[in-house]
Amino acid sequence: MNNKGVDKSKRQFLTSALTVVGAVGSGYLAIPFLAQMQPSVKAMAAGAPVEVDISKIETGQLIRVAWRGKPVWILNRTPEVLATLKTLDSELRDPLSNESDQPPSSKNPGRSIKPEIFVAVGLCTHLGCSPTFRPEIAPNDLGEQWKGGFFCPCHGSWFDLAGRVYRGVPAPSNLEIPPYRYITDTRIIVGEASEEKKA
Amino acid sequence: MKPTRLNACGDWVLDRFPVTKFWNEHMAHYYAPKNFNFWYFFGSLALLVLVNQIITGILLTMNYKPDAKLAFDSIEYIMRDVPWGWLVRYMHSTGASAFFIVIYLHMFRGIMYGSFKHPRELIWIFGMLLFVALMAEAFMGYLLPWGQMSYWGAQVIISLFSAIPVIGDDLSLWIRGDYVIADATLNRFFAFHVIAVPLVLVMLVFMHIVALHEVGSNNPDGIEIKESKDPWGHPVDGIPFHPYYTVKDIVGVAVFLLFFATVIFYMPEMGGYFLEHANFIPADPMKTPEHIAPVWYFTPFYSVLRAIPDKFAGVIAMGGSIVVLFLLPWLDRCPVKSIRYRGGIFKKALFLFVVSFIALGYLGTQPVTPVATILARLFTTIYFGFFLLMPIYTRWEKTKPVPKSLTKDHSLEEQLHAIEEQIPAFIDEITEIKPVATEIGHPAFKSSFFNRRPNPVGIKNVATRLAKKLIESLD
Repeated sequence: MNNKGVDKSKRQFLTSALTVVGAVGSGYLAIPFLAQMQPSVKAMAAGAPVEVDISKIETGQLIRVAWRGKPVWILNRTPEVLATLKTLDSELRDPLSNESDQPPSSKNPGRSIKPEIFVAVGLCTHLGCSPTFRPEIAPNDLGEQWKGGFFCPCHGSWFDLAGRVYRGVPAPSNLEIPPYRYITDTRIIVGEASEEKKA
Repeated sequence: MKPTRLNACGDWVLDRFPVTKFWNEHMAHYYAPKNFNFWYFFGSLALLVLVNQIITGILLTMNYKPDAKLAFDSIEYIMRDVPWGWLVRYMHSTGASAFFIVIYLHMFRGIMYGSFKHPRELIWIFGMLLFVALMAEAFMGYLLPWGQMSYWGAQVIISLFSAIPVIGDDLSLWIRGDYVIADATLNRFFAFHVIAVPLVLVMLVFMHIVALHEVGSNNPDGIEIKESKDPWGHPVDGIPFHPYYTVKDIVGVAVFLLFFATVIFYMPEMGGYFLEHANFIPADPMKTPEHIAPVWYFTPFYSVLRAIPDKFAGVIAMGGSIVVLFLLPWLDRCPVKSIRYRGGIFKKALFLFVVSFIALGYLGTQPVTPVATILARLFTTIYFGFFLLMPIYTRWEKTKPVPKSLTKDHSLEEQLHAIEEQIPAFIDEITEIKPVATEIGHPAFKSSFFNRRPNPVGIKNVATRLAKKLIESLD
């Protein structure tokens, strides 16, 4: 039996050691707890490519297909629209899509592989609402400036019919273009990039 | 008296579990200022609504299915096929809005009477944490019906996190548990809404009340009742919470329930403000409703978000509009608590703040137009101006002297005695002796009182004196 009294520094050491070991243990336990909220394997596997027949889309018509649970728009643009697109650059935030999300094959002013067929993820780059398709020119509610495009009803972002964002609206970048490629002239597959050499 | 078996049984429990001690500490012997007014109903009402939400919420989970395929239909099933399901569901949905009404009024009371100031900063912080937890609770609960508004509202709010640089996209993916709002999101929001956040709420309510009972309640005059105590150590200006304020709060509860029941039975959707029209359409990930707006209680903050023409800055501004509220105890430099003794500049600033808060709330329910955007920017500026300029304008304030105590030092008996002594002199002043003394009549009427008649000059003097006193008291 030691009668010299309590060795406080020994107690302090044991307390610190236990605290550190406990903290490390809690940290390890936190990883599975937090990580189990990540998308499951099933959710990650669900993003299969979607094949779409575009032969039935009339000029000026827009169809919606679901890809990875997101709306994807396929729009058949009229020649007038394509002409208008060229005149808008000064009003756009990123007319050449330098800071926007698209596959290289769509990194051009019209943001598409073939000029008339426009494919885009129909979610606003601001906060993810699906903008409305408003091809008409200068409607009452949107005013004289409107030259046809996509209008986000949630926070009022403007996009032209190439999905390019206007200046002075909340959305930071152009609409996302998904990877897609043509199988034939009338069929496209959304979710596979056109450059990819299929094995 | 001989102790009965029941008494013995009670004592046995009390020796082991101090119910009486707890009751006395927080109710019967908890002294609250005696001048609580209308604005002091909302704390206890918030507690009532919390209980309502917990009970109706438990009942709803018995029939609700947290599954993207079944959720919408299970709500309709509750509304149509479950006995009294409609009542329970409307009590829960109306309760959510009622919660925010009472909380907003409760917070306004705190700002008005300076209840957030030293030594009550922590009560305010706990209260603000409660407010944030309540917003999370309401937001996650709103996804559960899986209607169009549920879906797209959640899409917008979760996308807010993606605006954070570097980690944003991974963070929002982690919150959703999928690349879009999906079954995984619904399921986890159900878990958070039903157990995780309610536990946090109850714990924070407990901390809020413990902190309150430690320092004591503020009051409409903003004086510290603990500074003047009677010989028994009780605050002179305090009265026991029970029975005085329990009874008062029951009156508040009765009036509240009258309004609450009216909404539940006659206008549960409240014209699309409590339950939005678009939420009666099942969630459709392909199409956003033409006009989406959050439920009314989020609209002021949503307006701030919409007013800023930049994604990240908008999110920062919206977060900032809540964060500044946390900082209130350190932004306000005026030593006087209550608005009753504060300067005109604070009153005007508070008025402008309330106007801009309500205006932002209204604008948040409306579609985006150029005019609305300009107005939203103006009111956002006022909103932030109220807080950020506070350290400056509260220093200039010309305050009025704050009384030390609500009660004069005399005891009631002394005061009554003093008044009694003054009565003869008072009668002497306002009356005069009748010139002819009456000799006839019953001897009882021969007292000096009946020998007098009103004296106009004396009455005029008294009236002038009272008027002067009144004018002085108004200054």
